[in-house]
Amino acid sequence: MPKNKQLDFGQDAALYRPIYETGKGFYITVCVLLAVYLWALYLYITQVYYGLGVTGMNQPITWGFYIVNFVFFIGISHAGTLISAILRLSKAEWRRPITRMAEVITAIVLAIGGLHPILDLGRPDRMLNLLSDGRLQSPLLWDVTSITAYFTASTIYLYLPMIPDIAKLRDRGTKLKWFYNFLSWGWQGTAHQVKVLNRAINILMVMVIPIAISVHTVISYIFSMTLQPGWHSTIFGPYFVVGAIFSGIAALLIVMIVFRKVYHLEEYLKEIHFQYLSTLLLIMSLLWFYFTFSEFLTGIFGSQTHELHIIAYKFTGVYAPFFWGMVICNFVIPVIILSFKKFKTITGIMIVSISVVIGMWLERLNIVVPSLANPRMDLPLGIYIPSLVEWALFIGGIAVFMLGFTMFAKFFPLISIWEIEEGRKESIKDVEKRLRSYLPGKET
Amino acid sequence: MPKWAMVIDLDKCTGCGDCMAACKLENNIAIVSPEEANVGRVMFWMDMITTYEGEYPNIKVKRIPKPCFHCDNPPCTRVCPVYATYKNDEGLVGQIYHRCIGCRYCMVACPYTAKVFNWYEPKWPDEFKSCLNPDVSLRMVGVVEKCSFCAHRLIKVKENADMEEREIYDGEYSPACGESCPTNAIYFGDIDNKESQVYKLSQSSRSYREMENLGTEPKVIYLSKRE
Repeated sequence: MPKNKQLDFGQDAALYRPIYETGKGFYITVCVLLAVYLWALYLYITQVYYGLGVTGMNQPITWGFYIVNFVFFIGISHAGTLISAILRLSKAEWRRPITRMAEVITAIVLAIGGLHPILDLGRPDRMLNLLSDGRLQSPLLWDVTSITAYFTASTIYLYLPMIPDIAKLRDRGTKLKWFYNFLSWGWQGTAHQVKVLNRAINILMVMVIPIAISVHTVISYIFSMTLQPGWHSTIFGPYFVVGAIFSGIAALLIVMIVFRKVYHLEEYLKEIHFQYLSTLLLIMSLLWFYFTFSEFLTGIFGSQTHELHIIAYKFTGVYAPFFWGMVICNFVIPVIILSFKKFKTITGIMIVSISVVIGMWLERLNIVVPSLANPRMDLPLGIYIPSLVEWALFIGGIAVFMLGFTMFAKFFPLISIWEIEEGRKESIKDVEKRLRSYLPGKET
Repeated sequence: MPKWAMVIDLDKCTGCGDCMAACKLENNIAIVSPEEANVGRVMFWMDMITTYEGEYPNIKVKRIPKPCFHCDNPPCTRVCPVYATYKNDEGLVGQIYHRCIGCRYCMVACPYTAKVFNWYEPKWPDEFKSCLNPDVSLRMVGVVEKCSFCAHRLIKVKENADMEEREIYDGEYSPACGESCPTNAIYFGDIDNKESQVYKLSQSSRSYREMENLGTEPKVIYLSKRE
């Protein structure tokens, strides 16, 4: 690593290039995604106009794709802030090129996920009743509270470490000067400013961890606070948090691999980053299996009639393909691929990440629908076939995420430039000093 | 304060479904098209659970009328985010249609699947439109509704009793289902009043409530020798 003090833009050119050079690919991507988004928006308007009848939901399956996707998207959002906060807190030096992307995923996906309960409302026009007549005893209100808190904290946590980079863009002065000028808040990089910024980041990263954990715990409470078999379980809180981090890491890996390829960031996102993150993914996969195993073993061993109905529905009934698909995607594939060095290549990691994201979506589906499809009264089994509108809003949600990420990459560097510079300039010395302090003998 | 409860004598019930029809007319419940009904969007406040035991030709058919159980410890009111479902002092579990945001959390939380949702704007055939019950408010698309124990009838009964300066007598307040039942299998009254028929029947050895182990304390009591 060169240690020259005067870094010119040349050194990190790969990070600036996407912002200043726009290819044909960008316009095509944006147009396609916008078209998908507008299509989904149109179908949502038909839903508002005609009522929720246009979905596949019914009695007793009164919650469907919207709630599944809500839990799924909020789960993905744990990629970011939580992982980057933990990595920053534990002084993991390899975090530097990763944190920004992780935080962007959080901010965008959280906005999408947080809107999903509104898509699900029968009367979206009365949404503000939640504020004027809100009942804080309802788990749904806990959700509103914690998601709002998480969204606020994670966007600030995304924005603060971006200020020095925005100032760099402002100083180049070739594009949208007023915009970067406004967003950089007069950053000059003085010693005082650096101190204040670092302190703010430190406070936020400590604050954000409990908020992030509370968000997914509270989402699990929506289910576990009811008396329904298959939901009424005390391990749901940690189970959901583990699943969220699991799917979050997978989503982060996918985004990293894609943008590494598209924007040629191979210099920054090296094999080693993928190796470390995929090890984390493997650990989460094992943890996920442990929770799933405990959850079902207690259900089967206790063998309450209604609980068994739902387990049978998942193991051998209508939902068997989804259930076993989930086990294969979340456990079998990750463990086989990530346990062997031979398979643990970038391609291998991409396959695992995609499989985990699909598997975690299936898990949310397996939690929401089977418990509702098996009513406890002697009523016929419920059948749920999602309609075009629900699929469209699902695909639309993914399109909005990709659009948001692409647009972000057009205006801001996807990898924190100043943190990379800081790593080059200071951290090598710091780490050496730190390492010496761990070792026996006098510190020199 | 009275506590209203219902007793359904399944040994008397013939499963004719008159209660369902009476309820539908009394409460202005929307008529759902057969296609919609087949995908599980049928609207009944008084539903009928039908189960078949055994194989042809020795089939035993069980028909159990199922209204909202007006639990004394209702799981639905606890989860509502906007106070759109509540339990009043007389033990009736009500819905406020104009406040409901349609999140359907109460439907999910109800172990008895007692609530129904307006998936589309409620519709009636033209012949029905002139005979809607003026005492019951019409619902709009996107809200949850359910059996109210014909609470609008209680208002009338109370007004009459107040005018005549007396207490409501046992059996004066009865929902439409009980009134229409051809075999008098549905009883209704104040279960806190030890003199009432409902209280006496609830003490019968034949009495049971659905899923008592959940602690929801339903106020619909079934009488049956079979179980």
